[in-house]
Amino acid sequence: MSDSKAAVSMRNITKTFGQGVIANKDVNLDINKGEILSLLGENGSGKTTLMNMLSGIYYPDSGEIFIDSKPVSIRSPKDAYDLGIGMVHQHFKLVDVLSAAQNIVLGLPGKLDLKSACARIREICDRYGFDVDPDKKIYNMSVSEKQTVEIVKVLYRGADILILDEPTAVLTPQETQKLFDVMRNMKKDGKSLVIITHKLNEVQEISDKVAILRQGEYIGTLITKDTNPQEMTDMMVGHKVELNIERPEPLNSALRIRVKGLNVVNEEGIKKLTDVSFDIYSGEILGIAGISGCGQKELLESIAGLQKVESGSVVYIDDDGTEKELIGMDPLKIKELGVTLSFVPEDRLGMGLVGNMDISDNMMLRSFRDSHGIFTDRKSPHDRAERIVKLLNVDTPGIETPVRRLSGGNVQKVLVGREIYQRPKVLMTAYVVRGLDINSSYTIYELINSQKVAGAAVIFVGEDLDVLLQISDKVMVLCDGHVNAILDGRTADKSEVGLLMTSLKGEVTD
Amino acid sequence: MLGFLSFIPRAVGQGIPLLFGCTGEIVTEKSGNLNLGIPGVMYVGAISGVIGSFFYENSLNGRPLNGFLAITIPLLCSLLGSFLMGMLYCFLTVTLRANQNVTGLAMTTFGVGFGNFFGGSLIKLSNLDVPTIALSKTSAFFSATLPFASKAGWFGQIFLSYGFLAYLGIATALVVAFILKKTRIGLHLRAVGESPTTADAAGINVTKYKYVSTVAGCMIAGLGGLYYVMDYASGVWSNDAFGDRGWLAIALVIFTIWKADIGILASVLFGGLYILYLYIPTGMAHMELKELYKMIPYIVTLVVLIITSMRNRREDQPPASLGLNYFREDR
Repeated sequence: MSDSKAAVSMRNITKTFGQGVIANKDVNLDINKGEILSLLGENGSGKTTLMNMLSGIYYPDSGEIFIDSKPVSIRSPKDAYDLGIGMVHQHFKLVDVLSAAQNIVLGLPGKLDLKSACARIREICDRYGFDVDPDKKIYNMSVSEKQTVEIVKVLYRGADILILDEPTAVLTPQETQKLFDVMRNMKKDGKSLVIITHKLNEVQEISDKVAILRQGEYIGTLITKDTNPQEMTDMMVGHKVELNIERPEPLNSALRIRVKGLNVVNEEGIKKLTDVSFDIYSGEILGIAGISGCGQKELLESIAGLQKVESGSVVYIDDDGTEKELIGMDPLKIKELGVTLSFVPEDRLGMGLVGNMDISDNMMLRSFRDSHGIFTDRKSPHDRAERIVKLLNVDTPGIETPVRRLSGGNVQKVLVGREIYQRPKVLMTAYVVRGLDINSSYTIYELINSQKVAGAAVIFVGEDLDVLLQISDKVMVLCDGHVNAILDGRTADKSEVGLLMTSLKGEVTD
Repeated sequence: MLGFLSFIPRAVGQGIPLLFGCTGEIVTEKSGNLNLGIPGVMYVGAISGVIGSFFYENSLNGRPLNGFLAITIPLLCSLLGSFLMGMLYCFLTVTLRANQNVTGLAMTTFGVGFGNFFGGSLIKLSNLDVPTIALSKTSAFFSATLPFASKAGWFGQIFLSYGFLAYLGIATALVVAFILKKTRIGLHLRAVGESPTTADAAGINVTKYKYVSTVAGCMIAGLGGLYYVMDYASGVWSNDAFGDRGWLAIALVIFTIWKADIGILASVLFGGLYILYLYIPTGMAHMELKELYKMIPYIVTLVVLIITSMRNRREDQPPASLGLNYFREDR
């Protein structure tokens, strides 16, 4: 694609946020016509900030942007649209109570004519192979449908340059393939596409070129077909990274938790778990595979004492063999029983941490009951926070920074750090590396492994099957709230697990 | 039947201030601003009109009033007063991003005090024995009905016996409902109240929408105060007479699930509940029961709030970002 012209050129772009946090420093980037460019970098490396400056959300402190070789100034999202730039944000910018069509025409001038808008939406859908119902309300849509609406919204405004911020993070493998097909169609149509991702296999599959950022600085651009994951990772991280996950043999494993006949019905009256029975051993990692929303959350919350259970039992077996029933207990009572149970929930800022409190106060959430007298002990949580920040390389201006100001990966590190600091007997994690870059992910895997070696029974709910099969000693496959199979992690086959995730045993024809 | 015939016009008369307040607050809340200052704004709207007409009446030294000026002066004064209140609220919450609840409550306290202070000053100026100001000449223009209304029998009594502000209130509610439902401006306003980040990314000027809708909402609500003094109370201002109608108007917003057209019926209903105690026979022996019946609108409000909070439909929920301030570069 050497003959293609640059649709966008960014020159010496610098952006800082208050308190001297440098998000981008002297970045140079070219986006060519009819080309898909991957923007690769760790969490907090400034990918999204850079693209937000193209889409008018932020304005650069210095540097120049050229569209079709003409210098431009993009001061608002409207300016960006006028220049043919559209961005699909990681957190969708849609109004839930409005329909797809209403969302798509939002912000456009002229008389409100939804009928002709719907006709144009259908036309765009046919052209690129989307599937959208313009009259459907957003709150009735799946994540993938919402994303489609976002992309159509951008195309409806006549965008020639599309930026997709981590579009695949929330999609199933099948939905990802569908998205990639659409992206290829748009590329054929002469559009320029930028995809922000940190899944290397996706970079290789979809993009022509890959541009790498590290700590806000531009490192270089590679031709995708001439490079390999190791080279990309090394450039991204700045030093060599071992891309292997260890799987130490379980030592002295003993039965820790016995789950028997667990049934859960959620608030809407839908059955989420049906007769779930399994055992967890100390010093072992039990991986849980399944399409998202098929009972993982309810299962973990039942064990943690957060979910009302219809029937069934969860028995905790102590080192000395005494058995304790956990059903009917709340987290506080479970703790009083002497069961150290750590839980890294899926919803980090909702259930795990308080966004407006700083790191040290968030540590205190776990320990404030331990101090005696009427005053809280602030010193030890502060020390703990400092140690975790140092140990896990949390990128933060200081211990006193509110957690919500940290990037997603760093929030996760704080949470995992706190939970592991408990030296838990049982560690439960849900999608622990969601949204994390490679380097942080591997740090977290190591941490989980270290807990396993220390004798914790680990439940690992994951979405990346490759990782799940590499780290788990046993893999339990959930399908629609049923335990479909429990396999040995060392021998299980990815496609077998994939099939078990989607169809209940017994229903498998052929 | 006679009792009913006299009940309806009084219920409407009580309902119109609520309708103005409710419509104004709907417009405001649709932009994501929870303006709890509405009761204060209605006081300011009322006293501003009173101040205007007081000086106009006094400047004439007993000569007859010009009909056009007698209406325009209080109307513009009232709109100006509530406009300034709206600008103050927006400056504090939108520009300076102060907490909306605190700002709103402070403005209600301020507005009520403002009304009573200047009301008291005017009473002093007029050197009367009674603690009220009577602007009956101005009121005559505000409460003037169509000439044939009194000849139209029961129909006239129920539908035509009101001053022009009552019809303006109903028209405003219908126009607001239409704008919100059918126009692009309405769509944009709803987007601002539901998700300002989305609206911003779509190129909608969030600050402008918040300012315009909140100030417009305040001006509509302020007319409710003006209607109360000039028409319902026949031009008599006495301190604290407006009472807690502003709070009822805010409760009505929830009752009407943010729909201005439903507000028309709902405000008449609540206006009726407000005076229902006068129509329930108690007998002279048990006057204390009347005091209990006065609680009816508040009890109904509580019941309604409980019922409405049980609604689950997404369309019936408050605007998603209601009460939250928007800052583009917030992370």
